[in-house]
Amino acid sequence: MNIQFRESPEAASHPTTKTAIADCDIHPARATRTELYPYLAKRWQHHLEVYGVHAYQGMMEGPPYPKAQPNASRRDAYPPEGGPQGSSLSFMQKQLLDPNNVQLGVLNPLNTGQGIRNHDLSAALCSAINDWQIDKWTSKDKRLKASIVVGNEDGLAAAAEIRERAGDKNFVQVLLLSRNVEPLGQRRYWPIYQAAEEAGLPVGVHAFGFGGNPITPSGWPSYYIEEMVGHSQCQQSALASLVLEGVFERFPKLKMVMIEAGFGWAPSLAWRLDKVWQRLRSEVPDVKRPPSEYIREQVWWTTQPMEDPERREDLFDVINWIGWDRLLFATDYPHWDYDEPSRVLPAGVSEANRAAFYLDNAKKLYGIA
Amino acid sequence: MARHVIAPVDELPPGTRKFLEIEGRPIAVFNIKGEYFGLMNRCPHQGAALCEGPLIGLAQSSNPGEIEYTKLGEIIRCPWHGWEFDIRTGQSYCDPRRFRVKAYPAHVEPGASVVKGPYVAETVTVKVESDYVVVEL
Ligand code: FES
Repeated sequence: MNIQFRESPEAASHPTTKTAIADCDIHPARATRTELYPYLAKRWQHHLEVYGVHAYQGMMEGPPYPKAQPNASRRDAYPPEGGPQGSSLSFMQKQLLDPNNVQLGVLNPLNTGQGIRNHDLSAALCSAINDWQIDKWTSKDKRLKASIVVGNEDGLAAAAEIRERAGDKNFVQVLLLSRNVEPLGQRRYWPIYQAAEEAGLPVGVHAFGFGGNPITPSGWPSYYIEEMVGHSQCQQSALASLVLEGVFERFPKLKMVMIEAGFGWAPSLAWRLDKVWQRLRSEVPDVKRPPSEYIREQVWWTTQPMEDPERREDLFDVINWIGWDRLLFATDYPHWDYDEPSRVLPAGVSEANRAAFYLDNAKKLYGIA
Repeated sequence: MARHVIAPVDELPPGTRKFLEIEGRPIAVFNIKGEYFGLMNRCPHQGAALCEGPLIGLAQSSNPGEIEYTKLGEIIRCPWHGWEFDIRTGQSYCDPRRFRVKAYPAHVEPGASVVKGPYVAETVTVKVESDYVVVEL
């Protein structure tokens, strides 16, 4: 197969979106396997060389199959200096931040150290990735803000990491994934919510995860396309668990961000939850109000993958239910299902709603002046 | 319809493509097994530089369980979301009713006719002895 790219990467930039935007889901990558070593104690460097990583789930490091494109990324996102897509700040600036006038970019590193059975190693890797985010990204470009990655299966260690980073302006949220050892509302994860609430940081729940559970609730699917739609099912059970275990009731100032799992399903999940809660509320007396109320008050949604129904009115119906003040624009750069900012929102949206969608909601939620 | 000389034939062997901008439009010209095709280098979906994607074939199924893989090297897959288009026609395979990329006819002309005109040479020095790939738009 003969693939030719243009000689100059600058030529590959896209039309500039004039108004400033926020991009609430950017995936920075490591250029080399050992890039985190400077942030890891010698003890853990040796451990990795001798024992590697023992995860809850197989094939955590490499994808179980090629995900539609190399590294599940845009084919034009390889940095000119080499390395995987998303590993070069200067190329990210040229390809994403500058041409799209991104004023706030939220980093969500994946494959970091979450979902590892050795909880001490997990904590060390997460802490390393947090240092690395400051060193390589946020200190070099003030538009970028990091997510605190935590060893999610050890709630106490995770809370300690959050408390250590609290108040550091490089970080704007805590990052969890949707597939864990148990559904996200369960008590082992509560210390995370408590620490995040104390720190005033939203908790982002990004699709994926390495808890060892199958990618869909009905088992391992045959096709990648099934995994893609499985993310929203997984996110729905995570959100139902958060509501029904009483997490929102217990932590009323907690803000959750559902990242990269769509949002079109939000109203129907809330309607179903409300209906069954009316009949079965005595099973969960901790849940004092209809589930939809917690969801509308305490949950935000990143847009990518942006819903794309044939009739734009259908999209507006969903957004009107969720609230125009609850959506956070995201591209998912450099991943292949990237949403182009100038092309995702259909015509017919008021200026105020456009501004909220593209920038204002994110600035408000993440406390960016 | 203006005709543009884009390369001497031996600079565009089978399986290769050339990117250029003509009249402000991003264009790519492909040599597929000795035939030439021009396409707008902008994806009608979200605007990626479509022609920088890989050339693949077309997977189709006439009956469940029977899969045919044809048109090898004739389908371009967008580097962003992977939508597939037929290089020969610009036809989309995921939604042919709503989407198509603009296709521009391309072919070979002998140097003698190119020099006579009515051709515009795009960064190509034209000599009478060679043959040239020409695109129309
Ligand atoms: S931009 Fe080409 S498939 Fe989306």
